[in-house]
Amino acid sequence: MQIRLFGCTNHTLPASSKIAKFKPMRHQLDFEKPIVELQNKLEELKKHPETHSLGLSLEEEVGLIEKKLEETRRQIFSNLSAWDRIKIARHPKRPFTLDYIGSAFTGFSELHGDRLFAEDRAVVGGFACLGPHKVMVLGTQKGRDTKENIRRNFGSAHPEGYRKALRLMKLAEKFQLPIITFIDTAGAYPGVGAEERHIAEAIAVNLREMMMFEMPVIATVIGEGGSGGALGIGVADKVLILENAYYSVISPEGCAAILWKDRSAAPKAAEALKITARHLLELGLVDEVVPEPLGGAHTAPDVMAVTLRDSLLRHLNQLLQMSAADRLKQRYAKFRAFGHFAEKQPVPVEKVES
Amino acid sequence: MATTSFTKKTLGVETVEPGLTPPTATNNTTFAKKPKLPTSKSKRREIPEGLWTKCPKCSSMVFDKELDENLKVCSHCQHHFPIGCRERIHSLVETCTFEEMDAEMTSVDVLNFTGVASYTSKLESYTKSTGLKDAVITGIGKIGEHRVGLGVMDFGFLGGSMGSVVGEKLSRLIEKATEKELPLIIISTSGGARMYEGMFSLMQMAKTCAALAYHAKARLPYISVLTHPTTAGVMASYASVGDLIIAEPGAMVGFAGPRVIKDTTQAELPPGFQTAEFLLDHGLIDAIVPRKEMKPRLLEYLSYLTPGKKQAAVAAA
Repeated sequence: MQIRLFGCTNHTLPASSKIAKFKPMRHQLDFEKPIVELQNKLEELKKHPETHSLGLSLEEEVGLIEKKLEETRRQIFSNLSAWDRIKIARHPKRPFTLDYIGSAFTGFSELHGDRLFAEDRAVVGGFACLGPHKVMVLGTQKGRDTKENIRRNFGSAHPEGYRKALRLMKLAEKFQLPIITFIDTAGAYPGVGAEERHIAEAIAVNLREMMMFEMPVIATVIGEGGSGGALGIGVADKVLILENAYYSVISPEGCAAILWKDRSAAPKAAEALKITARHLLELGLVDEVVPEPLGGAHTAPDVMAVTLRDSLLRHLNQLLQMSAADRLKQRYAKFRAFGHFAEKQPVPVEKVES
Repeated sequence: MATTSFTKKTLGVETVEPGLTPPTATNNTTFAKKPKLPTSKSKRREIPEGLWTKCPKCSSMVFDKELDENLKVCSHCQHHFPIGCRERIHSLVETCTFEEMDAEMTSVDVLNFTGVASYTSKLESYTKSTGLKDAVITGIGKIGEHRVGLGVMDFGFLGGSMGSVVGEKLSRLIEKATEKELPLIIISTSGGARMYEGMFSLMQMAKTCAALAYHAKARLPYISVLTHPTTAGVMASYASVGDLIIAEPGAMVGFAGPRVIKDTTQAELPPGFQTAEFLLDHGLIDAIVPRKEMKPRLLEYLSYLTPGKKQAAVAAA
């Protein structure tokens, strides 16, 4: 509607600019519509100065739109609902575990397999350097396209994935390497094979074993933190979460299906479950929210990687200064304290009796 | 869920007046309250409510009193009906030896959860219908000569879901067992983590496993008993890390719900999928133990797991 103002509609666009026009539209989230509209305007304006025969001051116009764009963006991203953030967390362009391993770490050397049954590509891991530190890094990994998603089972691990993670963590423990994990999964895979090979046990054992590692463990939720499948590599000295990631006991859709009897009530469920990074920090369930670039991690992955690396390094350096015994004590106390309940004070009569 | 409505019915009969139910397991009002069956009436005549129960497996009518005396096991086909946690404790521990812990702990609506129904109202209605404060009872009692830490869940309370109270009570029990060097038995039945408490519920998985890690480190035995149904968050935490894991016959045990698996994989589920027998066949549990043999079997296991010195220490304590 407003595009007509700039006179583009009367002209046939060259093929290349058509692509350019539609590119930002791809993977666009609904709440980003105003931003994309402004971006389109701006692009058209910049690309076709010759179409403006009315003698308008172009630079002025561009500046105005740029300002408006910045304002709109800030406004939209500072007022995101829980459901909007979940959409960002699930964004197909969002950096995944291997992206961060490539950008925030150096010299990654991948290690495969659980030595028991299979190589689960929904979990990746191996040696890498985080700044000056040699570490073991691992995490759940989604696929970028359909083919890779099938290979990686959409980031939903089978028991083998959790057992591979445990194997690598035990290796790290034995050879004194700190453990860094990345969580990005909708959940552990609900399948017949997963049940037959006891996925519940694989997760449960990880919960118990991770509590006892003497080396520092840092877990970061980088996208989706789906229930037990996320926690299965999430017992750590420090649990970080990216600004637009979420971490939940059940998927909002699952919760909506059970409590509202309607999967489309997921936005409501997302709000009620308090699963956004900020909510979790307020509730004391995570240690730090790692800020994302405006618009989400996918808009500036390099900036995100630097922020994440700095944050990981800061926590790792702190943890390395502690003794192993203190780390274990603190890790236990941290998880032990989770929970809210009411306890009636024993009535005086009982006190007398005892 | 097919058995849930049934569970409620029997549970309702047991606990007509929750206020009168003392927090100990040595409670026999359950049996006294059952109406007597008029001997002259035949089975085919109109059946009064709460006297007979139809077995969902073999369809025979079982006299409620007989069912109670038989630990809620069908005498015709050995189908295991759900059993309340107090009855369960009563069937296992020696009379008057069970000291309940944290009996007064109750859940709070930490997230101010506003769904179709509020969490607070749910809690209230389940407290009323079951006479329980939450989905688990914990305490220390004697099974034979063994003093053990015992945690027993109840599916009747919000589907046995694990929120902060279940996690905290179990963690305190485990810590106490570690401190007093006691073996631990947890009898699970649960639909999983309690959504109403959001991430706090999920974290109870890590919390209970953390406590168990230290219990295991002290080389103390932990027997996990899986009863119908044990799934999701509970199955993926303390229920799966026992030194021994045993299950009741026919118990549904798994991580994901069968419907979720079917919807996700679009595949037919194998016959008997996620039953105790299925788990045994796949090498995932140690044994299947019928309810009536549970106590002798636990005693047998405990005798192997608490040998010599430790046993003497336990007996002295």
